[in-house]
Amino acid sequence: MADEQRQDTELTLYEVFVQEKTGEPHVHAGSLHAADQEMALQNARDVYARRGPVASMWVVPATSITATSPSDAGPFFDPAEDKVYRHPQFYRVPRAARQQAKKVTS
Amino acid sequence: MIETAALDAQMRADLVEYLLRLADDRVVLGHRLSEWCGHGPILEEDIALTNIALDFLGQANHLLELAGELEGEGRSADDLVYSRDEIDYRNCLLTEQPNGDFAATIARQLFFDVYDFLLSEQLAASEFEPLAGLGGKMHKEAQYHVRHSREWMLRLGDGTSESHRRAQAAVDALWTYTAELFDGDEVDARLSQARIAADLESLETRWQELIGTVLREATLGISDEQQYQRRGGRRGHHTEHLGHMLAEMQILARSNPGAKW
Amino acid sequence: MHDETQQLEAFQARIDAGEKIEPKDWMPDNYRRQLIRMISQHAHSEVVGMLPEGNWITRAPSLRRKMILLAKVQDEAGHGLYLYSAAETLGIDRAELIEQLLTGKAKYSNIFNYPTLTWADIGMIGWLVDGAAIVNQTMLAKCHFGPYSRAMIRICKEENFHNKQGYELVATLARGTPQQRRMAQESLNRWWWPTLMMFGPPDDQSPNSAQLMRWKIKLQSNDELRQRFVDRTVAEAKAIDLEIPDPDLRFNEQTGHWEHGPIDWDEFWRVIRGDGPYNHERIRVRREAHERGAWVREAAEAYALKRREKAASAAG
Repeated sequence: MADEQRQDTELTLYEVFVQEKTGEPHVHAGSLHAADQEMALQNARDVYARRGPVASMWVVPATSITATSPSDAGPFFDPAEDKVYRHPQFYRVPRAARQQAKKVTS
Repeated sequence: MIETAALDAQMRADLVEYLLRLADDRVVLGHRLSEWCGHGPILEEDIALTNIALDFLGQANHLLELAGELEGEGRSADDLVYSRDEIDYRNCLLTEQPNGDFAATIARQLFFDVYDFLLSEQLAASEFEPLAGLGGKMHKEAQYHVRHSREWMLRLGDGTSESHRRAQAAVDALWTYTAELFDGDEVDARLSQARIAADLESLETRWQELIGTVLREATLGISDEQQYQRRGGRRGHHTEHLGHMLAEMQILARSNPGAKW
Repeated sequence: MHDETQQLEAFQARIDAGEKIEPKDWMPDNYRRQLIRMISQHAHSEVVGMLPEGNWITRAPSLRRKMILLAKVQDEAGHGLYLYSAAETLGIDRAELIEQLLTGKAKYSNIFNYPTLTWADIGMIGWLVDGAAIVNQTMLAKCHFGPYSRAMIRICKEENFHNKQGYELVATLARGTPQQRRMAQESLNRWWWPTLMMFGPPDDQSPNSAQLMRWKIKLQSNDELRQRFVDRTVAEAKAIDLEIPDPDLRFNEQTGHWEHGPIDWDEFWRVIRGDGPYNHERIRVRREAHERGAWVREAAEAYALKRREKAASAAG
């Protein structure tokens, strides 16, 4: 362990997710390097919130993220494409009801 | 709340002096931190130190504008920064100490940031409205500054044996400049009486507690509590470092009198 | 072998169809290598580029200028950071990239091997150097490698004020005292030609360009980009009565473009090979900062490790 510490280090890669306003999703903003979570949060604030607006931030060690691989993409996502009944446009609603719904939501 | 128009001549003069003290601490410290830009230990820290430098310079700018207004002699913030000599600068000695290694910078920042955090908390409640506004902004920024310097002090103190040694050396070297932060004179007395300025003496105990807690957690200590304390910045009696800093800072502005930039 | 050819064709077909490539997608080795080279050069340029401007932070002549310059140099640190991160998605880490810079294995933009001698140089970097960079970066924001394109979109947004503040600074000098005016013209004389070289060698001498354009990493040629910059900048110089130091500069009515005189490509290659006025100094300063920071980075890691161990033993 002591040997490892003598090696040159640029610390650990973190991914940063930023929520601009409360209620909105956290969106990937970019990456940075830090030794631990607190430092990662501070660095995220300095690097990705310099110009605001920011409501909240997440930092995650890059190694903690599990992602699909391109070869997964077909089997993972294509089957969703023919399940049209999952989308509201699939359904026909009588015009009168549609107009009523519009009034209520607008 | 006290409005500008309600200030008598004495109060006005006191306030100008007081604002210069607040501002000069920030001009000088902001300048010191800006010297790190491009030379930090890691890119992320370059960005962090520059953010703090920008906070201080921004605060200084507002404070000096207010000072110039109250003084009423038409001096702008830039006139006050670029045309005053060492003996007219009112910053405390701590702020002008050179950056040294990263540990020296962090120790200097921690001592100042905790002081600034407590000070700005009181300023935010000042009876003089313009100062209360600035105090609120300063206090918000100081909270982050303390977090930054505290977290680094923990890492340096309780990191490797080398970082521990450097951090302890930095604390030892800078401790001699800390008592001055809490020195009050008649200006402070009159202004704090009027609930315009902070009560410096009341800050000292809390400062000692907070600093003591951070240092203990960082496995550091104060080697000699009774050591000689250096003073004089508020009266313009500085360490030799300030003259060199101002020579560099003012060279361009002073060698082109009347020029606009 | 057959497979490889098919993969290559499929890869090119995706690019031709306008798709963006993401780091985990299959890509030719050469594509990966070229991208790492290009993105890391770009990152190094941002980081080394902090130094010539940083040289004037402590002497900036007004509080406003000091804050602007600090914010700008800080942005460059940020941009270096975004770009290193984009390169890291290709499977190389930042420590290795920095090692390449400090040992002279990696290149960065030649322009930063020139010194900043006067305050006007700070304006000139914003106006000319960032102006040239924007032309290039606007193109790169549309490039077909996802992480590079995303980093460039962010960078372009932030760079917006860099070029403007530079031109404003130069214009202020040009309208100022005779001394300030002289400073501005003298600085333009020094920076004009090195800036034109920033776009790289002419198209017929640029070895990587054709392949990079096929991969849609580059979308326009060096000469096209250079021309766009010249047209824009000549007009800006006229507006503030500064003279472009090129006796051959003339407007071609037919093409509608400003044509510049010959560029001294010998100087370009000499500086790239390491013999520019400030090559050694820039790397020396970067190396010094890196070495002086080593114990700080080590301390941060050691502390983090102690904390993790403490947490683990408390949980156990």
